[in-house]
Amino acid sequence: MTREAVIESSADVVAVRRLVRSAAIEVGLSLIDQTKIITAASELVRNALVYAGRGELRVDVVENGAKRGLRLVVNDEGPGIPDIEQALTDGWTTGTGLGLGLGGSRRLVDEFDLLSKPGQGTTVTVTKWAR
Amino acid sequence: MGELLRDHEEQVVNRWAQSVDAPRDELLELYRAILGAIEQGGGDLADLRGLLTELSRSRARVGYSPAETSKAVFGLKGAFYEIVVADADTEVLRGFIRFARLIDDLGLFTFEAYAEAREKIIMDQAEQLLELSTPVVKLWDGILAVPLIGTLDSARTQVVMEKLLEALVETGAEHAVIDITGVPAVDTQVAQHLLKTVFAARLMGAECVISGIRPQIAHTIVTLGIEFGDIVTKTSLADALAHAFRRSGVQVSGRPATHVTVRAEQA
Repeated sequence: MTREAVIESSADVVAVRRLVRSAAIEVGLSLIDQTKIITAASELVRNALVYAGRGELRVDVVENGAKRGLRLVVNDEGPGIPDIEQALTDGWTTGTGLGLGLGGSRRLVDEFDLLSKPGQGTTVTVTKWAR
Repeated sequence: MGELLRDHEEQVVNRWAQSVDAPRDELLELYRAILGAIEQGGGDLADLRGLLTELSRSRARVGYSPAETSKAVFGLKGAFYEIVVADADTEVLRGFIRFARLIDDLGLFTFEAYAEAREKIIMDQAEQLLELSTPVVKLWDGILAVPLIGTLDSARTQVVMEKLLEALVETGAEHAVIDITGVPAVDTQVAQHLLKTVFAARLMGAECVISGIRPQIAHTIVTLGIEFGDIVTKTSLADALAHAFRRSGVQVSGRPATHVTVRAEQA
């Protein structure tokens, strides 16, 4: 089942965490993995909110043979990321945060894919597999 | 137009009551208020609006949707149209258009009244929640605790920080425990707020301990790469309290047989 959410305020970030939690429980992720994917979702949608002002999230349950997992696609139409390597470096930020959100999210999930071009928005796709 | 409405009151209200799901008495009262407004030239709608607000609220309480309430008001157009068509005078038809416009406004007004009432309830609750959910409690002389429960967003963490710092001044406490047992997830923003709170407290001469770090939270924090530096963290509030006791030189005596367990339910 696909779930979708639009992020326009910080209250929506809270709603996203709840949405991802229920999906993660449904897929059968362990408590630690649930917390990891929820945290990654929280980081990614907040990035969309902070840098683009608005974003969209799609949550899909995916299967790979016997394995089930959760795939999140966070999409925004913001300014885009000019240097992706730099953006993924810990401690690097153009905002006021800790600069760990993007790089940290990559470590929290099993698969991480970032598509971005200056002026064309950013799409991050992450997947967490149930063990 | 007013004349026509007055002459056919009985007929129109009956027809109206048939076509919509609302008690006839209520509709009659509303009908007379509309008639009154039209006969006065349609200038003063204050009474009518008051009546509609009341209607909208009372119907909302018994479970009608705002669309149903607006529809009930719009229903008057259909009921009255039958009378107007029978007359078929151009002047009357023109009057009917004005009348229909007034009814449209009134119908939309019930919708607005409903939304406003809802909005107010939600705002009040949000504010109450913000206040309620962030208590600063005194555990011991000079030891404060802030048990955080639920999802932390910027607004809430801001409130927590302010309340804790104020309480430190008021009580002169030198130790504070921030307990996050009830917080389901700690992301970089929440962590940053916690760190800022601890550093601010430190500037005021108070030492903060963060307690209630569960395995999944510890795992996530490490994976994210957040450094808590030299901030003391504990798994349970009891451990944090014991730490604060040691630091402030309080000695607790008693039988050591009792074992305290703190368990966190998933919020």
